Amino acid sequence: MSLRFNFALGLALVVLVVLGAVLAGLIAPYDPIMDADLMNSEMPPSWEHWMGTDGQGRDVLSRVLYGARVSLTVGLISQLINSVIGTALGVSAGYFGGWWDDLVNGLTNVMLAIPSLVFALAIMAVLGPGLPSLLLALGLTNWSWTCRIARSSTLSLKNQGFVQAAKTAGFGNFNIMRTQILPNILGPVLVIATLGIGGAVLSEAALSFLGVGIRPPQPSWGNMLSDARELIRTAPWAAIFPGLAIFATVLGFNLLGDGLRDMLDPHMRTRTA
Amino acid sequence: MTAPLLEIRDLKVHFNLPRQSLLGPRRVLRAVDGVNLTLHEGECLSIVGESGCGKSTTALTVMGLQEPTSGEVLYKGKPLNGPGAPSRKQRARIAQMVFQDPYASLNPRQTIGSTLLSQLKLHGLASGSEAQDRVAAMLKRVGLQPDHARRFPHEFSGGQRQRIGIARALMLDPQILVLDEPVSALDVSIQAQIINLLMDLQETLRLSYIMISHDLSVVEHVSDRVAVMYFGHVVEEGDWHSVFTRPTHPYTRRLIGSVPDAEAILTGARGVPDGVAIPSGRSFSPDISIRRDPGQSSEPSALVPVGSDHRVRLAI
Repeated sequence: MSLRFNFALGLALVVLVVLGAVLAGLIAPYDPIMDADLMNSEMPPSWEHWMGTDGQGRDVLSRVLYGARVSLTVGLISQLINSVIGTALGVSAGYFGGWWDDLVNGLTNVMLAIPSLVFALAIMAVLGPGLPSLLLALGLTNWSWTCRIARSSTLSLKNQGFVQAAKTAGFGNFNIMRTQILPNILGPVLVIATLGIGGAVLSEAALSFLGVGIRPPQPSWGNMLSDARELIRTAPWAAIFPGLAIFATVLGFNLLGDGLRDMLDPHMRTRTA
Repeated sequence: MTAPLLEIRDLKVHFNLPRQSLLGPRRVLRAVDGVNLTLHEGECLSIVGESGCGKSTTALTVMGLQEPTSGEVLYKGKPLNGPGAPSRKQRARIAQMVFQDPYASLNPRQTIGSTLLSQLKLHGLASGSEAQDRVAAMLKRVGLQPDHARRFPHEFSGGQRQRIGIARALMLDPQILVLDEPVSALDVSIQAQIINLLMDLQETLRLSYIMISHDLSVVEHVSDRVAVMYFGHVVEEGDWHSVFTRPTHPYTRRLIGSVPDAEAILTGARGVPDGVAIPSGRSFSPDISIRRDPGQSSEPSALVPVGSDHRVRLAI
């Protein structure tokens, strides 16, 4: 399969999920919370309920669409926080070196040693469930890979001629990091970030599954899976569709990240004039 | 003789190496160990020596890219390092550098034009169309087309990139250009073009060059004076002609002997004269490469004059 195809597939999946999340209010056939109909619980997929109904008779399709909002919000915003923290720490550590580098390195190693999901679980336990605490819990626990990549890329760049030349031309350190180093490490950081979005979507699902993330009845793919756990024999569609949504989202972002990395390669770029 | 443009006084750059064992002795690499050099206005001083002799470290110290352990670099008598040194921005107008590897010396994500323009903007030298004109003029000056400004570095060959590197170094009208092996990464056919360009620029812009090279044949045509470095020391220094015709230090002789010279092979003429007058009671410093122990300091003597502008290092 060509890279172009992979990128197109990734883009299509991500666009699909984003559209679902944005337009959930318009296209969802039922209300995800209020339209519970216990008489119609555990109905298999049909023309009325494309993805069937769950244990309380709620439309799975509607809940998957509304769940996309939670997943995307958590995935994008928490990964943005991670990327900013990781890049800032990694680039400055690699560029300045010395005690700051030692400190950041130590911190990164500590973060890598603690299982991030357990750490996020602990933060959630302190802050209580809900969207803001989810963003914070996942945004503060997953920057170590970005930091490592940013630091090692910066280390290999900082002794190259063009960075040295910027120094001798009189540019300040902050300016050099922004204009000389950052654009050249954006590729790997972006790839890590897209993988991270997928990871954050998974983590959100895991935390909600464990009951500390998004509280039912508010739909999220994680708590939908959690609810559907007991129905897996009688109504597997209640678990399959949110699972597929997670799968498609994570796959989409991963393919998108790979494609973006190749497109950001300057050798693919030509004069714009 | 006029006052020197740049003076390097007793420059030392030492690097701490990791201990070999937990309780092992602290090891220090003396990359540059007591170097004195002067550069006069409009001249080209070449620093030659094998890799690892400290010539690039000396250049980086001049550029402020490497902090010296001790010693000072003076520009027109004013120190460039230590307290009271000019800021990075002020320094940029004094000296600029052309880097060895033309492939690593240009930001792959910046067009040539924006690389050159950003310098003018930073220093407030020109803006708008005037800045564009200056970039175009500079590109022409180094033998490129003005519309090359819109291109990215990967669209250029090695020789063209080195021309861009020279253009970038000249953008701020510096007095001194430090050329760190400016042609060693290029094809032989391109080397001559770049050397010629550098010579033209030196003449038209009244530049002073410090040229770092391991290859004597490259700097032969450009240099006015030459300093031969060997393991952190200058072992021989002087007027290019006298160093080349009367190389005195054994290391210089070895270095010159390693340059293939068709004429010398045919006629046997490229002689290294025998019986150089060594002041009595002295000898050349022994080959420190044999007993090279970073922890042990060698005891260099001062440079002893052997000609009007020709000095050589002897051991006491």
